Amino acid sequence: MSGRVLVTVPRTARRGEIIEIRTLAQHVMETGYRRNEVGRPIPRDIVRLFVCTYNGVEVFRAELHSAIAANPYLVFTTVATESGTLAFRWSGDNGYTATESVAISVT
Amino acid sequence: MKARAAALARLALATLLVTALPRAVSQAPGEPPAGKQSGYAWMARETRAIQDDALANPGMLSVLDGEALWARKAGTAGLACADCHGDARLSMKGVATRFPAFDARLGRPLNLEQRINACRTERQAAPALRYESRDLLALTAYVARQSHGLPIAPPADARLRPHVEAGRAEYLRRQGQLNLSCAQCHDGLADRKLVGNPITQGHPTGYPIYRLEWQAVGSLQRRLRNCMAGVRAEPHPYGAAEAVNLEAYLMWRARGMPLETPAVRP
Ligand code: HEC
Ligand code: HEC
Repeated sequence: MSGRVLVTVPRTARRGEIIEIRTLAQHVMETGYRRNEVGRPIPRDIVRLFVCTYNGVEVFRAELHSAIAANPYLVFTTVATESGTLAFRWSGDNGYTATESVAISVT
Repeated sequence: MKARAAALARLALATLLVTALPRAVSQAPGEPPAGKQSGYAWMARETRAIQDDALANPGMLSVLDGEALWARKAGTAGLACADCHGDARLSMKGVATRFPAFDARLGRPLNLEQRINACRTERQAAPALRYESRDLLALTAYVARQSHGLPIAPPADARLRPHVEAGRAEYLRRQGQLNLSCAQCHDGLADRKLVGNPITQGHPTGYPIYRLEWQAVGSLQRRLRNCMAGVRAEPHPYGAAEAVNLEAYLMWRARGMPLETPAVRP
């Protein structure tokens, strides 16, 4: 299993309304600074980038680093402009990617 | 981070010994202080908010993994949990409140993880899942989630009784290089602090938990190993009879308290 994601977006919104988007991604966020029982470094394994697009237009982007806790939880807002799709993409070390998309209806 | 936390914990214990030698335990031996309270009661507002919100609680990711495993066929019997138990929301409701429970065939109590593994090996004909493995934690979290909010109800089973008593003796026994019993901290010093961090009554209400310090989900046995290592005692192996007895006693001690799985703990 390479990572579950949970996304909360209001299904409907009024045009111009500020909506809150919450995301939780399942990921170990191994820092790369730890060592195992026999003293060998544990390789870094983190999510490096999160991008949210709204009908293809990027509305939010975050770069993640080693100090961020496991299962990164990101909350941000955007303005509801038109009906369509919010698409989410996480990517990181060891070829990690996860995607999710949610439809929103704006009236 | 983790090495530093461990160093802090050692320092914490040393300070505890110097500044807070246990008070006389006023309540009956092994009984929690008046007014049983979950560890939740001592948590910061922010940590409670994570637990309370199913879409922010990282323990729910494990519950969802468990839901997927519940429906997946495994072993040479080619059966999924769901093939025999159907909808877990109905068949597993309240089950976690009754564990550890006495298993007549094995002649000893099994905790929930062991009960699930018994179905894995005997009914699914699949290899047992390793203790603390992602899949065993996920199935346990999923089964226990079906009892969310229900009161802990240890079975009134005479065969379980001696095990609960053995667990109580273990709870009252001083152990480790620091020579402390569970009761000294969780009854005698509950509501006091260990270097800034509250000591709670030590109730097993939310397991498996998502522990922020672990950055992961873990079982009650993992938590108890931390307490034992903290007093520099040798922890029981995972699933050992002594550890299951202790679990049975803790559940008896917490009887009536609602289950919170998956709880979040600092
Ligand atoms: C072939 C049918 C079968 C399969 C498959 C199966 N079980 Fe069971 N399970 C049983 C039966 C029968 C019992 C009744 C107790 C016994 O085994 O003595 C039981 C009991 C249990 C119990 C204890 C219930 C209680 O009320 O005490 C749990 C928990 C459980 N199973 C979980 C699981 C899980 C999780 C899986 C999948 C990993 C699973 N079972 C797969 C047949 C099955
Ligand atoms: C030196 C004091 C100390 C001793 C001795 C000790 N613990 Fe703990 N225990 C703690 C601290 C500190 C925590 C984390 C905060 C809390 O929940 O109290 C903890 C946590 C726990 C928890 C988790 C509570 C929750 O809300 O999830 C349980 C259960 C527990 N201990 C049981 C035990 C048992 C059983 C023993 C004996 C084998 C024991 N402890 C020995 C200090 C101690």
